[in-house]
Amino acid sequence: MIDVVVFFFLLGVFARVVKSDLRLPEALYETLSIYLLLAIGLKGGIELSKQPLAALAPQVLACMALGFVIPFVLFPLMRSLKLSGADAAALAAHYGSVSVVTFAVATAALARQGIEHESHAALWVAVMEAPGLVAGILLARWSREGGSRARWGELAHDVLFGKSVLLLLGGLAIGAIAGESGTAPIKAVFIDPFKGVLALFLLELGLVAGGRLGEVRRFGPAVLVVGLGVPPLLALAGAAVGLALGLSTGGVALLATLAASASYIAAPTAMRIAVPEANAALSITAALGITFPFNIVIGIPIYIALAQRLTA
Amino acid sequence: MTTRLSTFPKTQLVIVTEAVLEKPLLREARERGAQAWTVCDVRGAWHEGERSGDWEAERSIELKLVCDAAVAESLAEHVLATYARNYSVAISLSTVSVLRPERF
Repeated sequence: MIDVVVFFFLLGVFARVVKSDLRLPEALYETLSIYLLLAIGLKGGIELSKQPLAALAPQVLACMALGFVIPFVLFPLMRSLKLSGADAAALAAHYGSVSVVTFAVATAALARQGIEHESHAALWVAVMEAPGLVAGILLARWSREGGSRARWGELAHDVLFGKSVLLLLGGLAIGAIAGESGTAPIKAVFIDPFKGVLALFLLELGLVAGGRLGEVRRFGPAVLVVGLGVPPLLALAGAAVGLALGLSTGGVALLATLAASASYIAAPTAMRIAVPEANAALSITAALGITFPFNIVIGIPIYIALAQRLTA
Repeated sequence: MTTRLSTFPKTQLVIVTEAVLEKPLLREARERGAQAWTVCDVRGAWHEGERSGDWEAERSIELKLVCDAAVAESLAEHVLATYARNYSVAISLSTVSVLRPERF
């Protein structure tokens, strides 16, 4: 059974396909994305306040390593699909980094099925955004086709203080410091309406992803192979790391989902600056036009079933 | 009219390009001595195709600078040499009249 929020995504795709004039105001989109990031962070932070931080170090390091290694594994595969070095590196970086909304849909699916997961999982999301991007830039440099003018200082600033990591970590910190009782007064805004806001945001993502469908034809089979073939493979890797860390069933499913997800907010901007030779439309078509819909409609239920089987 | 405003010629450089270039472009403009500019979000289509601005990573800006001709030309040359190969860039220059030249 598809989660109700996914229907909103499909409605957005449908609206774009039938050329509806539906368009969410940009200010609303910005507001929704800020809300989602803060809410995800806060929720994780509240749980974080209940446990010793030192115990989380292995998880944080493993998540970062996973994000960093993914592009190096994908790069040869993408080169074998006849992508240029710059294109392969930029596309690999999108898959090394993560999608916060895919994560949010996965947590909603787990909650609906009554499967427990580590509630501080938002921390994993926050630390998995950057390593894949760094790996992608290194790959672009090594392939000698691009990235030679990378300004590392500026990139580090943009990634660490960009809105997604800033709001996730900020929310985590606020939640951890304020704790359950401290955040109780804002619960009615940040915790309870979360799923409704997610639904609205997915409507917008559906509109954007629907606009990308036409591009799939332009790039041919390579983008389909990557967009549909890569996520299940990465999910297996994520699940394996989750098992090695001794995570719960829900935790294994979430880490599999994070590994399988592709960034379409932080990565496109970072790659456009650091690897200008890469075709930005190719990466965004794969990440947002193919992988994102695949993950939220088909992938996540499979990853949850996989985690249940592995931890049974 | 009996009185006439004194006006002074300056060059207006307009660069329409991808939003990710805003920060580096403004830095490079400042380095070359530009003092006054405005930036707007825009949508449009040009040689490389349409940039609808539907998505964060696909936004476009129009950067408008009023400055000395030498500054404008130096920046325009730099943008052509550095960015035009890999980014969507449209540049135009025109002469404008300003009232307070020291501000540009």
